[in-house]
Amino acid sequence: MAKVVVLGAGISGHTAVSYLSKALRKNHEVVMVSPNSNFQWIPSNIWVGVGKMTPEQVKFKLAPVYKKMGVNYKQAMAISIHPEGDVENEKGYVTIKYVTGADEGKEEKVSYDYLINGTGPKLNFEATEGLGPDKFTQSVCTFDHAQHAWETLQESLKKMEQGEKQTFLIGTGHPMATCQGAAFEYVLNVAFEIKKRNLMHLADIWWISNEYELGDFGMGGAYVKRNGYITPTKIFTESILKEYGIKWIKRAGVQKVEKGKVFYEDLEGKYHTKAFDFAMLIPGFAGAGMKAYNKNNEDISSEVFVANGMMKVDADYTPKPYEQWCAEDWPSTYQSVKYDHVYAAGIAFAPPHGMSKPMESPNGTKIFPTPPRTGMPSGVIGKIVAQNIIHMIKTGKKEHLHKASMAKMGAACIVSAGYGIFNGQAAVMTVNPIVSDWEKYPEWGRKINDTVGIVGTAGHWIKLFMHYMFLYKAKAKPFWYLIPE
Amino acid sequence: MDTQKNKTIPYSNTSYGTEPTKMVRFFRRFFILQIYYFFKLNFKIMRIVAGGHS
Repeated sequence: MAKVVVLGAGISGHTAVSYLSKALRKNHEVVMVSPNSNFQWIPSNIWVGVGKMTPEQVKFKLAPVYKKMGVNYKQAMAISIHPEGDVENEKGYVTIKYVTGADEGKEEKVSYDYLINGTGPKLNFEATEGLGPDKFTQSVCTFDHAQHAWETLQESLKKMEQGEKQTFLIGTGHPMATCQGAAFEYVLNVAFEIKKRNLMHLADIWWISNEYELGDFGMGGAYVKRNGYITPTKIFTESILKEYGIKWIKRAGVQKVEKGKVFYEDLEGKYHTKAFDFAMLIPGFAGAGMKAYNKNNEDISSEVFVANGMMKVDADYTPKPYEQWCAEDWPSTYQSVKYDHVYAAGIAFAPPHGMSKPMESPNGTKIFPTPPRTGMPSGVIGKIVAQNIIHMIKTGKKEHLHKASMAKMGAACIVSAGYGIFNGQAAVMTVNPIVSDWEKYPEWGRKINDTVGIVGTAGHWIKLFMHYMFLYKAKAKPFWYLIPE
Repeated sequence: MDTQKNKTIPYSNTSYGTEPTKMVRFFRRFFILQIYYFFKLNFKIMRIVAGGHS
């Protein structure tokens, strides 16, 4: 009997555990270790942040779902991995610490035959002084952050209803933050809600971003085929912001936040401040902060993880200039570079480099987005890692039949721009592949016929459809596996 | 006076942004066209996702 342990119940980890339990539950053991008691459909947090959904609509309890799946669920935090075991244990194991219930604070060694690290990002608010919902800015990265953002936003809306002007600042809160898409959705939804209340004359709405040009979205931008032109996403993004009455600041690395004031440096090395009444700024991301030890209990974290805590996998991590980046640098099996039985899925794997060209100010501050890994690639990666492990357990063959490189797979980004069945809108953007491949597609970097940029009510319906469809799938309801990632 | 409209400030970065015409805005919410786009885009997304991994 084999034992597979999955760390993290985010999109990638939860997808992996769903496929593992479907294939292995009868004869093998599947364990999920997550400190969270809920699964949350993160893309819909945007709607929680503008009061269009409640946190209950975007989350559900994990315990009953895992009971139904036959998964051994441990609500605990993974502290360290020991892939070689130790003097007492022959097998690799993970040290976990329970976060709730009678066992709270208790540590346990959970052995495994295969380990999937799907721990997702640590929201690194500490990297920017004054950033975060406990300090001076809001976040929509989790459902409770989004709920807090909505409560604060309502205060600004009330002030505007009483005739007071308000400045809104939404975007990235760290010089190397990613997830521009989520912040972009939020700024459009905030503008939509203000416009709906006829309060635009009292609103000064700003988008602040570390992108070199708008529409970069951490993937080096893209080209879309629309209205008889091949258009860069810069034009597409600027057009949407202008339409919604939003001004922008680009090439900005936020350094510090004080009450009502953001301090940032631009790519020319100049320092600026921007006053705000309401700010939602996405933090930088880091790995979960696990340690790794060898058989002699020596710290080997630097061999297993990169500096920010994300796990090294089958990528080419050789430092090289932007001009030499290529599709083959990107991983396709997500197997640990050091241990064959360890995998990292979703945000937990360390990308070989960025997708956006690295930029630096004359003061030496790096100001550019790090690579995003949205729900779609995270789900696909979780699935193929699970499929490969299932294959190896069932056949005993050490081979990877399933591969998914971000330089070969496509993704869709549905950017909500207002809620409502008849007047809601969203921008639908598809890119294929996610990582541009200038050798294979020298003209546009990607397959231009697969790259779409359309705004309309249909996009809103698709986002709403995906919300219900993916929650259905995540709850493992009948035939869930027929729904693609 | 339409208080929802922003005054264009020449030479500001927003002044260089393209903007949709009334007709484009109408078609973005035109039910029949949007139903067509709903199925077309869903199909396209499914195809891209399915083709991206082996």
